[in-house]
Amino acid sequence: MKRIYADLHLCPNLNNERQTARMIRKAAALGYRLIAIPVPLSFTEKKVRWLRNLCEEVGIEFASRIDLKPRTPRELIVNLRRLRRRFEIIAVLCETKQVARQAAKDRRVDLLNFPAINFRRRFFDKAEAELASSGLTAFEIDVKPLIMFEGTVRVRLMSNLRKEVAIAQKFRVPTIVSSGVSDELHMRKPRELAALASLFDLKETAALEAVSKNPVAIVKRNREKLSPRFVAPGIRVIRRGKDC
Amino acid sequence: MLKKERRRYLALEIDSEETFSSKELMNALWSAVLKLYGEYGASKTGLALIDYNGEKRFAVIRVVHIAVENVRAAIASITKIAEKPAAIHVLNVSGTIKTLYKKLKQ
Repeated sequence: MKRIYADLHLCPNLNNERQTARMIRKAAALGYRLIAIPVPLSFTEKKVRWLRNLCEEVGIEFASRIDLKPRTPRELIVNLRRLRRRFEIIAVLCETKQVARQAAKDRRVDLLNFPAINFRRRFFDKAEAELASSGLTAFEIDVKPLIMFEGTVRVRLMSNLRKEVAIAQKFRVPTIVSSGVSDELHMRKPRELAALASLFDLKETAALEAVSKNPVAIVKRNREKLSPRFVAPGIRVIRRGKDC
Repeated sequence: MLKKERRRYLALEIDSEETFSSKELMNALWSAVLKLYGEYGASKTGLALIDYNGEKRFAVIRVVHIAVENVRAAIASITKIAEKPAAIHVLNVSGTIKTLYKKLKQ
């Protein structure tokens, strides 16, 4: 069966409609069938529909995503309560250890993301992975810094990612490789993202799953949960009416 | 007896508004491979230019089959050719030049 490739972190400048449209068209040309674009809270339903229509025009699926950057665990919980039912993907950029731990154990969080340059704030250790594996949260890696940086910064980043990926695999935390790019020229084909994942020792099959099976599974699971027919995992409404 | 080296041919597409010479392209490729894998790693790739069309922004390179993924990663890390913004995408990979062109025509 043909793989469905997904990029869950495409970051076009949403104020620039032309660039956004160009990036969506390019994602389709590069072979993606599903993309997620982080939208700001101020973004209206109408604009999200515009993005969805743009994607439908070029034959790819769109998933709405929000990137949360809470300062405290309390702020994270409040945001999750408010936003979980509005977005298909919720990613948390963990800037403090407390937030990282809360995000990892909260089942409403889909993706854990860590700052690329600030190595002291990469909190993906064994404890974090253990919480994430029980909380169904995935570990997201953006390849943008790998493309953009050079020299010692990239060396340190690759070294950190190697350790983190090994921990994620040990605790069976799904790894997701996304682009995280905001420029058309930095967009890469799914197989190229997978090849870049080899830089932090992700095997070819695991790397391909990180750009196909794992992200698609998250979107599928969340769409099911957000559907009005959903009751609980494995239970959904088949028919409503007096004869039931 | 020495085993014959298996090779792979990669068809490349240059994504840029500029046109580049074959030398500029190869400089970008070698420099990306050197940055990521060092001189020792680069020596194992067997990288060579087979065909280049600057106007169509199309190239064919040859690599050793065990180095395909490494070269693919190095190609993906290219953001500039001759100091001008550019990207390179792998269109297809094949074991012979003949089948590579056949795949590209399909």
